[in-house]
Amino acid sequence: MGQVREVDAAEITRAVRELCMEINYKVPEDMVAAIKRAREKEESPIGRQILDLLIRNQELAAEGEYPYCQDTGYTVVFIDVGQDVHIVGGDLTDAINEGVRSGYRDAYLRASIVADPVFERRNTGDNTPAFIHTRIVPGDQIRIQVDAKGGGSENKGRHAMLKPSDGLEGVKRFVLRTVEEAGPDACPPGIIGVGIGGNFEYVAILAKRALMRKVGQPHPDPRVAELEAELFEKCNALGIGPQSLGGTQTVLAVHVETMATHIASLPVAVNIECHAHRTGTRVI
Amino acid sequence: MSVELLPDGRKRIRAPLSDEDVRQLRVGDVVLVSGIVYAARDAAHKRIIELLDAGEPIPFDPAGQIVYYVGPTPERPGHVIGSAGPTTASRMDRYTPRLLELGLKGLIGKGGRGPTVREALKRHTAVYMAALGGGGALAALQIRGQRVIAFEDLGPEAVRELEVEDLPVWVVNDCEGRDFYEQAVAPWRRDELLPEEFRLGTRP
Repeated sequence: MGQVREVDAAEITRAVRELCMEINYKVPEDMVAAIKRAREKEESPIGRQILDLLIRNQELAAEGEYPYCQDTGYTVVFIDVGQDVHIVGGDLTDAINEGVRSGYRDAYLRASIVADPVFERRNTGDNTPAFIHTRIVPGDQIRIQVDAKGGGSENKGRHAMLKPSDGLEGVKRFVLRTVEEAGPDACPPGIIGVGIGGNFEYVAILAKRALMRKVGQPHPDPRVAELEAELFEKCNALGIGPQSLGGTQTVLAVHVETMATHIASLPVAVNIECHAHRTGTRVI
Repeated sequence: MSVELLPDGRKRIRAPLSDEDVRQLRVGDVVLVSGIVYAARDAAHKRIIELLDAGEPIPFDPAGQIVYYVGPTPERPGHVIGSAGPTTASRMDRYTPRLLELGLKGLIGKGGRGPTVREALKRHTAVYMAALGGGGALAALQIRGQRVIAFEDLGPEAVRELEVEDLPVWVVNDCEGRDFYEQAVAPWRRDELLPEEFRLGTRP
């Protein structure tokens, strides 16, 4: 049995705060590179103009005065806690939310969360609560990945319980249908996160986790990587293009995650990320 | 005249817009918006319609005006506004025809509109334009003034009077029922790579 390592909750707050403050201004390097690649490949003149504007928007935001997008997102937090860690000095959830609260306030980020979905829809005023996914993992470290997820693209996600007989072709059609219906609303070009397998709730989290990978990094399983490449080509064949003004670059990457499922089921979920892909990671 | 044709083919507009002004704006036109626009999004639209239903006055007279679907980030000290790009327009579809009846002439957002709004744009001679979705930092640079005029408790969703200078947008739905997205995407679809139900038959 490993030694127990104490981590102060304040360290978690600090990490979350810093990530919120950084990612909304400075788009990650892999996303900067992906937009540049799309600019090189785009065949439509208006598509190239749009991508040039997105590059300027990235550069302007990186100067630190204006966030990349006014929708500074749901704050989604993936936290992997080593089982040999003992968190002291506060509650983990509170620590994360305090990081969001202070980070959003001090970096002039928008409060975009309402306290309830259908009654008063009163804005909580500080972008809390965060949407937290916790895993207990081996080791004595804490890994925190924060994603500022825009609501417009989130709204275009879809989830289906297909039949096993629908097979791989059914999955491909579902992904294409989702990207087609999202059209301009999801601010293309973006990343398509696909979850296949699991059950009703796991498949949605798979799709979200798929978005957290480095942009365009293929899945280690060659069968999944081949599916990603095929979906990438087909999504771009839709011709939607940057801002849906027509073009060859509709998606920057398709990431697929899979897991075991039931003999009766073929769950599939598609989570769309817009070109404002804002994520970062800290290890404590 | 509130529509100015620029030498490069773009058009500059400034509210108030008349029916005649709107008829000069056609699908695919690149338009620079200057002057006053009213910022209002989901929660503000809901309240405005509730006020209209109750026979109460609303925060601004829509006649001839332009509404921009935006909820900006808070402004830093010394800045007029924070990031201020458009939000998805179709969420306002339920409320839009009512405002068009009152003479609203211009709508700015991102993404497509449903058939009811497109029909209402024709009926009331109005235009829907898209700004650069996700381009919030660039949009901020075109905004010269902001003033919250109603519903301050809604925070980012409060109604604002914005003074803009050459905010670039493109006409998506004009007053003759055309849709720019349909026209723009079709030539780029590669049917040969797609399952049958996605083929458009538009590319040789």
